[in-house]
Amino acid sequence: MAIKGAIVVDTEKCKGCGLCVAACPTKTIALAKKVNGKGYNYAEMANDGCIGCASCALVCPDAVITVYKVKI
Amino acid sequence: MDIKDIIKPENKVYGKTPVLTDNVMHYCPGCSHGVVHKIIAEVIEEMGIQDKTIGISPVGCSVFAYNYLDIDWQQAAHGRAPALATATKRLYPDKYVFTYQGDGDLASIGTAEIMHACNRGENIVVIFINNAIYGMTGGQMAPTTLLGMKTATTPYGRDAKLNGFPLKITELIAQLEGTCYVTRQSVHTAAAVKKAKAAIRKAFENSAKDKGTSFVEIVSTCNSGWKLSPVKANEWMVEHMFPFYQLGDLKDR
Repeated sequence: MAIKGAIVVDTEKCKGCGLCVAACPTKTIALAKKVNGKGYNYAEMANDGCIGCASCALVCPDAVITVYKVKI
Repeated sequence: MDIKDIIKPENKVYGKTPVLTDNVMHYCPGCSHGVVHKIIAEVIEEMGIQDKTIGISPVGCSVFAYNYLDIDWQQAAHGRAPALATATKRLYPDKYVFTYQGDGDLASIGTAEIMHACNRGENIVVIFINNAIYGMTGGQMAPTTLLGMKTATTPYGRDAKLNGFPLKITELIAQLEGTCYVTRQSVHTAAAVKKAKAAIRKAFENSAKDKGTSFVEIVSTCNSGWKLSPVKANEWMVEHMFPFYQLGDLKDR
């Protein structure tokens, strides 16, 4: 059984602080090259390595990350 | 498996609690205040006490905390949050009353109020954010600033002869008979966030049990005041703050 996860980032509220990037154990999150309306490089999924552990969402100061997880 | 098959409501494991409002926080990117607001909101949601909680916001960056948590709030004069919380809790004994204070508010101008509220054993929760600097006014030295730490008013580092020693106010408060639970936590990693949340939940539960004051210090970062990136600020905190402000429970009864 494998576990697959995914995150959804509220990109307009993300301030691109990068704490989620440091917290991710699978190096799935990176800051985007694009910027949001306030000029921040928002966080996004850079690959499909997410395991749905929610470490990123726990350390996010702005509560912009929603985490999903399935067992397959 | 396609990502669209994962992102479904039934697979959601973590998201923003409805106790947090949709307002964008005014805090700097990476500020610890946001994490602490979030875990307080989660504790309030889990305990089902949203309509029974009254927060007292301080003076400092977190003065606008009332914009972000969808509960009843009052805003106190500088340092006087414990006095206002005392009155609120005595008038509404069935409510959960907590103060949310920074180190400039609690450990400097509000030292008398916090000492006497804790000594009286008021059944309130005190959340104390210690980032060792005055964040809102531009990064000046606070009572909790570490020796040798550079701030706007100690450009060569804090010198004990000139500026005195950093104040471990949580250790002082642990000595007081009125407190039932005194702990020091942090929110720099996912594991630390979970521990801090458990501590805040315990503090809220204590306030309903008529046991005395619960005091939760959160050792935090102020990356703007420290002139570091958010990730570097967390590393600096682990390296320099934790040896002096050691994490863990100081009192639990």
